[in-house]
Amino acid sequence: MLQIEKIRKTFPGVVALDSVSFSIAPGEIHTLLGENGAGKSTLMNVLTGLYRPEKGQILLDGAPVTLNSPRDSLGLGIGMVHQHFMLVPAHSVFENILLALDNIPHFFSRKTLKKKIGNVIREFDLDLDLDAPVWRLSIGAQQWIELIKLLMRNCRLLILDEPTAVLTPQESKRLFIVLGKLKEQGKSIIFISHKMREVMEISDRVTVLKKGRSLTTLQRGDFDEKRLASLMIGEDQIPQWEKQTHVVDDDVVLQIENLSVHNDRGLSDLENFDLSLKRGEILGIAGVAGNGQKALAEVLTGLKTATAGKILAGEDDITDSTAKRSYIAGIAHIPEDRKSIGIAPDMTVDDNLIMKSFKSRAFRNWIFQDRKAIRSNAEAKIDQFAIKAGPAGNPVRYLSGGNIQKVIIARELSERPAVLVALYPTRGLDIGSAEYVHKVMADGAADGMSTLLISEDLDELLKISDRIAVMFRGRLIGCVDPLKTSREEIGLMMSGEGAP
Amino acid sequence: MVEILLDATVRAGTPILFATLGAIINERAGIINLGIEGLMLIGALAGFAATSLSGSLLIGVIAAFVAALLAGSVHGFITVQLRGNQIVSGLALTMFGIGITALFGRSMVGLTIAGFERLTIPGLSMIPVIGKPFFNQDALIYLSFVLVFAIAFFFYRTRWGLALRTVGENPAAADTCGVPVNLYRFLAVSIGSGIVGIGGAYLSLASTPMWIENMSAGRGWIAVALVIFASWSSYRALAGAYLFGGITAMQLRFQAMGTTISAHILQMLPYIFTILVLVISTVRLAKGASQQPESLGQPYDREDRK
Amino acid sequence: MRLIAEKRENSSRLFRFSAPFVSVLIALFVAGFLLIFAGVNPGEAYVEIFREALGSSYGLSETLVKTTPLIFAGLGVSLAFRMQIWNIGAEGQIYMGAMGASWVALFSGIQNHWIMLAAMFSAAFCCGGLWAGVAGFLRAKWRVNEVIITLLMNYIAILWVDYLVYGPWKDPKGFNFPLTAQFSDAARFSEYFDTRLHSGFFLALFCALLIYLFMERTIWGYEIKVIGSNPKAAQYAGMKTGMAIFLVLFLSGAIAGIAGFSEVAGLQHRLQHGISPGYGYTAIIIAWLAKRSALGVVIVSFLMGVLLVGGDSLQISWQLPVAFVYAFQGLILFFLLASDFFIQYRVRLKGGRANG
Repeated sequence: MLQIEKIRKTFPGVVALDSVSFSIAPGEIHTLLGENGAGKSTLMNVLTGLYRPEKGQILLDGAPVTLNSPRDSLGLGIGMVHQHFMLVPAHSVFENILLALDNIPHFFSRKTLKKKIGNVIREFDLDLDLDAPVWRLSIGAQQWIELIKLLMRNCRLLILDEPTAVLTPQESKRLFIVLGKLKEQGKSIIFISHKMREVMEISDRVTVLKKGRSLTTLQRGDFDEKRLASLMIGEDQIPQWEKQTHVVDDDVVLQIENLSVHNDRGLSDLENFDLSLKRGEILGIAGVAGNGQKALAEVLTGLKTATAGKILAGEDDITDSTAKRSYIAGIAHIPEDRKSIGIAPDMTVDDNLIMKSFKSRAFRNWIFQDRKAIRSNAEAKIDQFAIKAGPAGNPVRYLSGGNIQKVIIARELSERPAVLVALYPTRGLDIGSAEYVHKVMADGAADGMSTLLISEDLDELLKISDRIAVMFRGRLIGCVDPLKTSREEIGLMMSGEGAP
Repeated sequence: MVEILLDATVRAGTPILFATLGAIINERAGIINLGIEGLMLIGALAGFAATSLSGSLLIGVIAAFVAALLAGSVHGFITVQLRGNQIVSGLALTMFGIGITALFGRSMVGLTIAGFERLTIPGLSMIPVIGKPFFNQDALIYLSFVLVFAIAFFFYRTRWGLALRTVGENPAAADTCGVPVNLYRFLAVSIGSGIVGIGGAYLSLASTPMWIENMSAGRGWIAVALVIFASWSSYRALAGAYLFGGITAMQLRFQAMGTTISAHILQMLPYIFTILVLVISTVRLAKGASQQPESLGQPYDREDRK
Repeated sequence: MRLIAEKRENSSRLFRFSAPFVSVLIALFVAGFLLIFAGVNPGEAYVEIFREALGSSYGLSETLVKTTPLIFAGLGVSLAFRMQIWNIGAEGQIYMGAMGASWVALFSGIQNHWIMLAAMFSAAFCCGGLWAGVAGFLRAKWRVNEVIITLLMNYIAILWVDYLVYGPWKDPKGFNFPLTAQFSDAARFSEYFDTRLHSGFFLALFCALLIYLFMERTIWGYEIKVIGSNPKAAQYAGMKTGMAIFLVLFLSGAIAGIAGFSEVAGLQHRLQHGISPGYGYTAIIIAWLAKRSALGVVIVSFLMGVLLVGGDSLQISWQLPVAFVYAFQGLILFFLLASDFFIQYRVRLKGGRANG
């Protein structure tokens, strides 16, 4: 049905796609597999008309087509559920869906239209209040809205960009059932993922992308997890690293009691939350994104204030923000959104590396900055963390995502913190960089640093945590031992159901 | 007495009302327009010049609309198509407006025209107290009433309005739904600017039927502040504009009564009041009572990597 | 066929450096048409501008006299720009600075020249600073839009000075003109070369040097740059952004306030109606044209000084309104914004097909 031939797309300084070809048949679920940065999302943005390729062509039913804008793609029946949802939080569910429809007259009856949307919602066993503003809904529900937008438009080809990243394992299963139904109706689906298990479960064919090239396409039955993994990673050097069994102290470094945090809209992000972190422990926090993890990190690092409850560091109560400020120096923080809060993008790598310590005596003489010391600090860090920083004086925004993450980690760990709060530290990193981040955390733990690792990747959590706590709607559902639990058990807890 | 004050309130508030409505259309599409002050002057001069040349008030109003629309489209082109800084471009538009009207207005100084006259609406104008101030007014004031409702209808009852609001909230979402983001933004800036121009024309065709250099005297800036007070709703813009009309009316009344308070101090009142209102409405906004368009002030580049 | 814009990988240094000058040239060209419509021969007018402003040592000294307040105000505005804060209120801050300095000069009774000047300086610094500090406080505390506040406060400051010079501070011997009595000699700057050029100009250059060192060498400059680049990151790194916003706006207004001090001590020797003919607005353009550098502020201020002196002479010989200079400045900004686009993007014509 759709054929993609030798597509090339570059961005300033990077070749995102370099000759990519593959095809998709009607009634097929075709998976695009590749590491972060392999070009999956870019390719899909080409298909939806957001990006214009420099070379190559796209054939639909054998005829070449030009996709200059999303309007063109939608007109041809190509629709996509983006990784960052394309919804307006302030508008109602109905308004969000209404905008996506093209085949309705300018004067229309809201009632009949709502009924029509209601029918689709029921067909797929969903539960959505059309008049609720989108910001009230869970991220899982928001994804359903995106899907309904495409279904209402009668798209022939649906593209889903890592749709399960924001779902519990159980919700993912439901999504797969819906996708199966759509497949039976003859729709084609491009499914993007890097989670091997899912790929095995639903794909008819798999195309592996690597560094902007389409490596190969395999039929169902021709691939298994091992084969795909080796194709995806290739001959890249993965730092060898094994989890050391280390003894966790019984000393409690941080004790959280009954903590509640409210957000700007007056809803509670955290509700009566209790947790204790021990010295040298890597405590994993599992949960679907948007269940209070960010608020937890922000309240610990002083960016938000608690509405109720206590945070104790040893004997000291540090809930109060002034008392906390002195303590925060000892808490390192790898933020979720590294580009928007982790760095000053226009400033150099050197400057970014001293952002937390620019007032320290090491980097200043009286009120003047000591440029020499700042430079040699940067050289040491670039060397130690293998940061590809480019020429000296390069603004940090020119660095790749993985290297920006390394800059942040280098800065955060340079003060030898007692506690590290890491939010999704490996999200968007290639496997090599992700392994490196894991190694840094494990090494820190061996030195007595305690880590709060907030992640949505269960494999990551199971691999390196000493203990896993599960969050749901701002509450702690329970803690499990990674050696004794199962994915299913954690999955159930993530949806707020089972507790051990 | 109340009737006279109310009447003066409506007449003083109307130019600000037009300007605020125009600014709301701009900002709903996600574009900040700090050129309102300049656009009012351009509208005032164009309206006055066209009327004095043609003798027709209608042509004057159309000329004001078109001239401000064209000037506003420069701001639109720079901020939308060229993704330039909206604050700087708006300031440039205000400066340009002040300068160009001073230049071309030289020959208009001292001329007089017959301004808008009152049209009594039978029935409605007989309502006690509010009848006369609201329904024994000129045609432009009636136009402003219609506009308030028309804009609200457009935003909340039409798909174009929904698309425009989405463009201001999340342009990428609008784009993926097939809405031509840049076209919507450009048109919103242009047409919004045109409406601001009518506000300017009210000054030179109705309030005081003559051209005076820099006759908007800061009303454009008050309108920019009122957009926040109005939390981007046309109904609240009406309330805000009349609030300021009221202040101005009282200030004029004081002066007419021959008070001992200095005229300079009295003239400060609208500005001081605007600052107070802006502070109060911002604090209220921060508490989540209403939301400003999410993407206000941000250019949209489809190929920006997120 | 359609026009498409692509981001450039790297823009040429030469292009970036020359863009402000090219913008000024194009603005001159377009303004020429406006002049023709207004019945003025643009060629003659431009020749006159440059002859008047640069053609004689007197003209040059007058240009430097106009450059002086522009440097102060430009430095003030650009300091706030570095933190992504918009101080549109330099005009009002100049008025308040002038008022503060005049209050000391008229009513303090200080005899010593240097103590007098120091006291006037401090008063202007504080008045300008506090005037902008109001907006800084509101912005830091409740995120109130500083653009609108600083701008509206211009109107209030101008009316306030008018109130004083038409009312309580009016010179009883001034034939009812809106001005105060003349300052004593202790409250006046020295003048040089038999022209109106006064010490304020050198103070302005010194101030530019200080700002340069402050921004590029000190830890506070570093902090301002981080906040300007990404306020969220600054907050995350433990910087007190609210306090920084207040202090920077205070300092920004204080520097603009010194312009007021320099005008009354060096030039007018009294407070009067219309003490600044819009220097504060021109300062916004200067700060934007100069991008981020203090040296740039000095150069661009001089350029604008030329325009103002030339504009004054056009007013006399062609009866052009003073405000015409604004139209010209607006045009410069428009073209500068457009040139920013061409620095960042490459525009080319492309066929309808995506292959090839």
